[in-house]
Amino acid sequence: MSDSEKLTRAWGYVAEFESPKAVFEAAKQCREEGFKRWDVHSPFPIHGMDAAMGLGPSYLSKFVFCGGLFGTLTALGLQFGTQVGLYPTIVQNKPANLWTLPAFFPVTFELTILFSAFTILFGLLVIIKLPRLHHPLFGSKSFIKFSDDGFIIAIEARDPKFSREKTKEFLLSVGATEVELVEEEL
Amino acid sequence: MANGISSVEEQDLKGVAREPLVLNNRDYKWITNRICGIIEGGQPLLWWAIVIPCSLLVGVLLFTLVYLVSTGVGIWGNNQPVAWGWAITNFVFWIGIGHAGTLISAVLFLTRQKWRTSVNRAAEAMTLFAVVCAGIYPGFHVGRFWMVWFLAPVPNSNAIWQNFKSPLLWDVFAVSTYFTVSVIFWYIGLVPDLATIRDRCKGGLKKALYGIFALGWRGGNRQWRHYEMAYLLLAALSTPLVLSVHSVVSFDFATSVVPGWHTTIFPPYFVAGAIFGGFAMVLTLMIPCRTIYGLQDLLTPKHIDNMAKIIVLTGSIVGYAYLMELFIAFYGGNKYESAAFHLRALSGPYAWAYYTMMFCNVVAPQLFWIPWCRKNLLVVMAVCMCVNAGMWYERFVIIVTTLARDFLPGQWGYYEPTWVEIAMFVGTHGLFLFLFFMFVRFLPMIAISEVKGILPKSQVH
Repeated sequence: MSDSEKLTRAWGYVAEFESPKAVFEAAKQCREEGFKRWDVHSPFPIHGMDAAMGLGPSYLSKFVFCGGLFGTLTALGLQFGTQVGLYPTIVQNKPANLWTLPAFFPVTFELTILFSAFTILFGLLVIIKLPRLHHPLFGSKSFIKFSDDGFIIAIEARDPKFSREKTKEFLLSVGATEVELVEEEL
Repeated sequence: MANGISSVEEQDLKGVAREPLVLNNRDYKWITNRICGIIEGGQPLLWWAIVIPCSLLVGVLLFTLVYLVSTGVGIWGNNQPVAWGWAITNFVFWIGIGHAGTLISAVLFLTRQKWRTSVNRAAEAMTLFAVVCAGIYPGFHVGRFWMVWFLAPVPNSNAIWQNFKSPLLWDVFAVSTYFTVSVIFWYIGLVPDLATIRDRCKGGLKKALYGIFALGWRGGNRQWRHYEMAYLLLAALSTPLVLSVHSVVSFDFATSVVPGWHTTIFPPYFVAGAIFGGFAMVLTLMIPCRTIYGLQDLLTPKHIDNMAKIIVLTGSIVGYAYLMELFIAFYGGNKYESAAFHLRALSGPYAWAYYTMMFCNVVAPQLFWIPWCRKNLLVVMAVCMCVNAGMWYERFVIIVTTLARDFLPGQWGYYEPTWVEIAMFVGTHGLFLFLFFMFVRFLPMIAISEVKGILPKSQVH
C-alpha cells in the first residue's frame, strides 16, 4: 500500500504559541470555551497551568500513601515473622518478642521508602498512560518543538466542541502563530 | 501579580535582586543545543584522554577481583585485630561521596533552591556510580562472594534467617534502598530530556533507543502535573532517606562496644561528613566539565560559590564533631575511650593520618570564608582535592586506628594494605570516572527541562 492510499482521519489541531505567557493566556480561554479533550505541551512544567486548565491537584500521592503503608507492613511482617516466629536469633541481649520493635525501625523505614518509590514510578506511568511509544502527535512538525522551545496547545477531534473551521479560527484568535491539522492512520 | 505589590515593596525587591542563574540571557534553543550538542557531537580529546586510562583501570579492578575470589581474602592485608581494613574504609568513602547527588536533588528541591537545576543531574549520576563502587567492597569483603545472597532475606536450606537486629543487615537494606530510589529519582528526572534528544535524532537505532527510554513522553500538562507530584514526593522521601543512609552506616560502628566507635555523635557526624565529601566530589568533576564542554553560562560562579559555602558549613560541622569526640573522651571519664583518642591523636602509630585528616577536612575548607577563594577555580579545586583525600583519611582513622589498638595490648597490631588493595582502590576510581564520562557521553549532563523552567521568561505571573 503506497502512502497516498493510506486511510487517515483528523486527530486534531496542534497550535503553536510564542511564549509561556501566550500559551498560558490561551489555555485559560480554551477552558472558558468549554473544550474537554485538549492539552498544553511545553518543554517544562508551566507554573499555574493546572489552575488555568481547570485541573485539580494530582492524586498520585494517595497511591503512594498506600504503597508506603504496604512497605511498612511488609517490613514488620518480614522481621517479626522471621525473628520472632520462624527463627529467633537470641543475640545482642535483645528480646525476641513484641519489644524487639525498636531494633526493627531501620529496615521498616527503608522498606517504607522503597515501596513508596516504586509506587511513585509505576503509579506515575499508569496515571499518565506511559510508556506509549507511538502517538499521532509525533507525526506533527509543530508538535515536535515541544521538547525544545515550542509551546503547544493540542485539541483533539474527539472533543465534542471540535469543528474543523471554528476550532482553527478560535486557536488563531487566541494568539496561535501556526495551526496544523494532525491526522492519524486508521 | 504586580498590582498586589506596593511601591515600597517593589523597591525592596529590587534591592534583593538575585544574580541570574543562566548568564548572557540565553534562550531555550541555546540551552537545548548546547546540552544536546555534547552528546551529538564528537568528544573532545580530553574525554578520550580520561576514558582510555580509566577503562584500563577498570581492567585492573576486574583482575584484582578475579584474583581475590579465586585465591581468598587472605591476599588483603586485613587480619586480626584490623579485620576491617581498606575494604570498609573505601566502602564508607564511596558511599559518602554518593550523598551529594540525592541531597542536591531532594533537599535543595524541597527548599526551592533554583540553582540546583544546573548541577543535580550530574550529581545524581555521580551518586549512582559512587554507590556502585561502594557496593563492590562489602560484597567481596564477606570472603566467599558466591555466598553474598545470604544477605538477602530469602529462605535457605539451613532455615536460618538474617539477624534483623544487626546494624550490618540494616546497612544492606539502607544502601540497596538508597541505590534503587536514587536510580528511580534520576530516571524520572531524565525522561523529559531523553524526549528532547529523541526529537532531535534523525532516525535509526539511536532514535529508537532514546525513544524507548523516553517512554513516549509528550510534555502535556496533563502529564506534567502528575510528573511534578511524583518528583515532589520522591524528593520528600529521599530527604529522610539520604540522612538515614549514612546514619545507618555509622550504626555499624556506633552500636559496637569498641572504644572510639561507641559514640552517639556518629550519625550526625557521618551525615555531615558525607555531604561535605560529596559536594567536594561534585565540584571536582563539574569544574573541569564546565570548561571542557563550555557550560560557563549554565554553571556559573554563583553555583560554585553556593557549593563552596556548603563545603565550609559541613566542614565546620565535621570539625566540631572531631573536637567534640576529643572533648567527650576527656570529659566522659572512660579510660578506654580516652586511651583510644590518646592513641589516635598523639601516641598511636597512625597519628600522622589523624593530622592529615584534620588539615584536609577542617583547616583547608576554612579558606572558603574568603569570597575571593570561592571565586578562584584553582583554589576551589585545590580545597576540593584536599577534602576528597581528607574524607578518605577520616574513614581510615576511624576504622584502622581504632581496631589496631583494642582493649588488650596483647591484641595490638599494625595494618598495612597489600598491592591488591591498592590496585582495587585505584581500580574503583577508574570505574567511577569511566562510568561518569560514559554518562557525559550518552546522557544530558544538565537537566534541560529544569534549567528552562527557572529562566525569568518562563514565569508566567
